[in-house]
Amino acid sequence: MSETLEHRAIGADLPRRDGDRKVRGTAVYADESPAQDPVYCRIVQAPLARGRITSVDPAPAEAEDGVLAVLTPATAERLADTSDAEYAILQDDEVHFRGQIVAAVIAETFEQARYAADLVDVRYDEQPGDTLLSADRPDLYRPEQVETGAAPDTSEGDVDAAVAAGPARIQQTYTTPMLHNNPMEPHATTALWEPASHGGAGSLTLWDSTQGVHTVRETVYTVLGLDREQVRVVCPYVGGGFGSKGIPHQNVVTAAMAARAVPGRPVRLALTRQQTFSLAGYRPPTIQQVALAAGDDGRLTAIANDVVEQTSRVKEFAEQTVLPARTMYAAPNRRTSTRLAALDVPIPSWMRAPGECPGMFAPEVAMDELAHELGIDPIELRERNEPDTHPESGLPFSSRNLLACLRRGAEQFGWPDRDPLPGVRSHGGWWWGTGVAASVYPTMRMPVSEAEISRVDGRYVARIGATDLGTGTWTALVQIAADALGVAVDEVDVLIGDTDHPMASVAGGSSGINTWGSTLVAAAQEFRKRFGDTPADGDSARAGVPANEAAERYAMSAFGAQFAEVAVHADTGEIRVPRLYGTFAVGRVVNPRMARSQLVGGMTMGLGMALYENSLFDPRTGHVVNHDLAEYHVPTQADVADLRADWIDEHDPHVNAMGTKGIGEIGIVGTAAAVANAAWHATGTRVRDLPVTLDTVL
Amino acid sequence: MFLDGLSPERRGTLRRMDHELTLRVVGAEHRLSVDSRTSLLDALRQRLGNTSPKKGCDHGQCGSCTVLVDGVRVLACLTLAVTRDGSEVVTADGLSAGPPGSGGDHPLHRAFVDEDAFQCGYCTPGQVCSAVGMLDEFARGRPSVVTGDLGAAPELDDAEIAERMSGNLCRCGAYPGIRAAVARVGREREGTR
Amino acid sequence: MRPFDYQAPADAGTAVAAVAARPDAAFLGGGTNLVDHLRLGVAEPGLLVDVTGLLPTGISDDGGGLRIGAGVANADLAADSRVRRHYPVLARALLSGASGQLRNMATTGGNPLQRTRCLYFQDVTTPCNKRSPGSGCAAIGGATRQHAILGASEHCIATHPSDMAVALSALDAQVEVLGPDGERTLAFGELHRLPGDAPERDTVLEHGELITAIVLPPLPVAARSDYRKVRDRASYAFALVSVAAALEVTECRITDSRVAFGGVAHTPWRARRAERVLRGATPSDEAFHAAAAAELADARPQDGVDGGNAFKIPLLTRTLAGTLRDLARQEA
Ligand SMILES: Cc1cc2nc3c(=O)[nH]c(=O)nc-3n(C[C@H](O)[C@H](O)[C@H](O)COP(=O)(O)OP(=O)(O)OC[C@H]3O[C@@H](n4cnc5c(N)ncnc54)[C@H](O)[C@@H]3O)c2cc1C
Ligand code: SF4
Ligand code: FES
Ligand code: FES
Repeated sequence: MSETLEHRAIGADLPRRDGDRKVRGTAVYADESPAQDPVYCRIVQAPLARGRITSVDPAPAEAEDGVLAVLTPATAERLADTSDAEYAILQDDEVHFRGQIVAAVIAETFEQARYAADLVDVRYDEQPGDTLLSADRPDLYRPEQVETGAAPDTSEGDVDAAVAAGPARIQQTYTTPMLHNNPMEPHATTALWEPASHGGAGSLTLWDSTQGVHTVRETVYTVLGLDREQVRVVCPYVGGGFGSKGIPHQNVVTAAMAARAVPGRPVRLALTRQQTFSLAGYRPPTIQQVALAAGDDGRLTAIANDVVEQTSRVKEFAEQTVLPARTMYAAPNRRTSTRLAALDVPIPSWMRAPGECPGMFAPEVAMDELAHELGIDPIELRERNEPDTHPESGLPFSSRNLLACLRRGAEQFGWPDRDPLPGVRSHGGWWWGTGVAASVYPTMRMPVSEAEISRVDGRYVARIGATDLGTGTWTALVQIAADALGVAVDEVDVLIGDTDHPMASVAGGSSGINTWGSTLVAAAQEFRKRFGDTPADGDSARAGVPANEAAERYAMSAFGAQFAEVAVHADTGEIRVPRLYGTFAVGRVVNPRMARSQLVGGMTMGLGMALYENSLFDPRTGHVVNHDLAEYHVPTQADVADLRADWIDEHDPHVNAMGTKGIGEIGIVGTAAAVANAAWHATGTRVRDLPVTLDTVL
Repeated sequence: MFLDGLSPERRGTLRRMDHELTLRVVGAEHRLSVDSRTSLLDALRQRLGNTSPKKGCDHGQCGSCTVLVDGVRVLACLTLAVTRDGSEVVTADGLSAGPPGSGGDHPLHRAFVDEDAFQCGYCTPGQVCSAVGMLDEFARGRPSVVTGDLGAAPELDDAEIAERMSGNLCRCGAYPGIRAAVARVGREREGTR
Repeated sequence: MRPFDYQAPADAGTAVAAVAARPDAAFLGGGTNLVDHLRLGVAEPGLLVDVTGLLPTGISDDGGGLRIGAGVANADLAADSRVRRHYPVLARALLSGASGQLRNMATTGGNPLQRTRCLYFQDVTTPCNKRSPGSGCAAIGGATRQHAILGASEHCIATHPSDMAVALSALDAQVEVLGPDGERTLAFGELHRLPGDAPERDTVLEHGELITAIVLPPLPVAARSDYRKVRDRASYAFALVSVAAALEVTECRITDSRVAFGGVAHTPWRARRAERVLRGATPSDEAFHAAAAAELADARPQDGVDGGNAFKIPLLTRTLAGTLRDLARQEA
């Protein structure tokens, strides 16, 4: 058991430290970072899914006013390490996917760069692209592992026999579409190469919009073949990432290459919204065959999820969609499998709750179908299948409060009086229904992070190269550091967002606060151990993130339950969600207002997944044709009615010193299933393919 | 280090299609020469160093670039700078309780912080400007598509605020907080009228 | 986005002459569509002639109807008390379009001339007969959810995206135009054209013709009118289908009606066949469905990689029925 902190600042409802700057717009984002006479870089993208570049003529672009350089496969610098194919930019003539960077123009003004990029004359030898995902492709393959490192397949008992035996069974195919993160700030970098610094070897500074400054530095120095110390990455604010800024994408390395082509001039490279659809990652589409079998008592005898999904041919990404079916419910017979189609498509990557989010949609809708078939309330069904220990590993849970979330949520939502019959409630010209789904997200702590705490001018200053994506890091880490040091929050400053601060892990997997907080606690303990309660100015201590031994003895996850009320217009089939409530068990909450915002934000994105979001991929061209915010529909203000998030008071002594489990992702996880289940309850039409749109329920 | 206009060496690089114009931005007058292609958004951000309005899409599809031009909320990305010679532009940074640029907070600034009406903050300056413009439209009795009776003056309820603020996307999903912040300031205003 | 020249002349005659003189010149209204297209490379004019400063921005009474200056902002038009009272269908159509900011910018002249939102039209890396005549139509066999079911051709299946234009089509509006050869007036219903074999031409306007005003006739039936727009998202989205309708019921019989559809054709679609079926009928779901069936008899849905758009037939039928039902009830 880790020593749990005494909570004074943790749990306090403090406003954000960066609030003022954000409401005025003076917080500085990557494309706005200070720069003397910046120049602008514009990329050129391949308009074909597969082929070879036969020629690139930069001359028409170079002839334009203000153009400083045109990078092409012939002129771009040779990169030192292209073992990660995503970063092999402008290194050869192959086109692996539509949207790949094939040239970049640097010019004095934004307008000049934009126009000159259109003038670069690139010719191709086009080959037919293979871009269509389907479950019956003969070339599906099993990856060695899924993204988390877990096995792609698992099997226990005999699922097929159990399903055949029934008596109740659900065997259905569910699909989730390609989805794009679409943070409001498109990916952007300001890059400066100063050839004279670092003892004449040169230094590179990147003001990048990223979820991890150190992650970017590791990639960039490796790819360019520099020393780590030659690269500095700065990122005080990020206009949202949701996973898409978790690893650097092609734009970041291109910005670095552009900067090296115009030494001494800061280069700004901001992707357009459209460009982010092919370069900044996406959630791959999934096809999930779920099988559930149960006895008349509602106890599951089998649970299986066989997943087919896509990756790009050039770089493997195996989304861990299979994981939730391994964690959620007890059943003696279990099977999961992962099969990939490697296609000539853009490279998938992380999007908020990769794996858990699509991987909970299918099983949680299947559970709803099973509840209906058995005539058992969906909450009751989940209660009957609550496992005593982790169904796969057999480890006890450090805390598992799924049922508490379901019960508390049910009460707040007004679930108990629910009529289970679908398609029978019509008033005011709308059909009404309600639905529920469960959520899960693993509690993680990253293995590497370091923090330094110093006494400066009578204050405590903590430094850690962490990030604030809007998650509230600037404020939450102050609260944690204050409690760890046993002082008031206004005596503490925490500095983040710069590789000049000690190495910190990426803000991903809802691990930020768990990891950085644990690191700060360790640093504070070290600081107090060495300097006591009356430190002098200049005293300073460092510590790395402690390992969590309890992780070997316990399974650790956050849980939650979402409840949706859906109204479907009787004439037009328009679908609205008047109420969406979530109740979560996420350990201790560091800052209630920021936690609520995160959970509400996750649920809102889940609402988008349920009803609107769909990257329309045209297999003939190999690209997403609705690649903008007018046609890729994220929820608007008018789509979000009574949307609330709440949590139960959960004390978990095993997760970390703060007792936190991470809250960035769990909000999205069960939401789409809850909404889809409610849409069925309203209309009687079961939609198993997201998004649920009006034409599917007409 | 942002430069008000371009340094003399760089001025020479802007040969084609340049136009001289005057903009009053948050009370201060700027004379600048722009490419006809330059949007008001890029003029503000790249030429005048006012990065309060954000670029989320550059195509009128997100609202992040919302500013007030001569008191009206518009999208700076779809506005060519040349078309606004002589205009008064107010960004979220310049908003205050008094005249533009007079300093201090606008009530919406405070309400947004109090209601935690943002996370990443990228859509936020646009939301704030949009809310100012929207409350003014509302005060002038303008209807929205959810106004039940087009003949009557609308009521500032949640549905009205939501519809009128729908041109400002927030991917962080801060909508409930935004609505609460706008409602609070809107009602305070109605109360004083 | 290629460089272009910019002029802001003081009067309409100069503006028309300036555009007429250069084949690559274009009028600039609120810019909400044209600037978007400049940036996409969909439009590549060499000269923009800004007409916002010279077009009339007033709305005046005109023989019982209204004359709307082409420079009037969409937001101002929707807020006008006469429009709200006498032509609610127009106010609602305007208010259902775009966003508050865009409506403050968009003009009366520019709105009906906005171009299709066909995804392929907006993407210069794909073939499109409307954007580059003769290059083919990428939409056919592609993503067609937003495309036409009426009046399309083998060359183009695009829809017209304007909400306002659907209302104007139902209202029998007139369009006043100033061209190099002087003024002319045309019926709003004649402004837009079907794609045929020349989808690059959205309207019958000649190069250099400037819309100066739109005139609404006195139309008592319009006092009971409505606009119903159907879309996935609750706001800030284009119509999947829309219905503009006005209904007059006397002694349980429909004595007059106006019906137009949006989101289904290359033009705002005036549903005259539906109007004929409605005349004299007793308001009932049966009559409304019969009216829709008459209008949609020739509808031809598109297949598509996104599931296509066959759903628009039942959707439009039910939307029309619902809209007319509500109007009939309002009437009672
Ligand atoms: C994100 C987004 C969402 C939108 N949603 C909707 C929606 O839901 N419903 C809807 O109806 N619209 C919608 N719109 C479109 C918007 O309504 C139009 O762009 C606008 O009405 C066009 O008017 P404008 O004055 O800005 O035209 P401009 O962009 O200035 O011009 C459009 C065209 O008309 C020409 N032109 C302009 N004025 C004249 C004139 N007086 N005479 C002759 N030619 C002229 C121009 O040369 C150009 O070709 C949306 C736009 C955006 C960006
Ligand atoms: S439907 Fe018309 S606008 Fe769309 S791609 Fe085809 S020709 Fe172009
Ligand atoms: S940047 Fe202007 S609306 Fe998105
Ligand atoms: S606060 Fe991040 S997009 Fe609105």
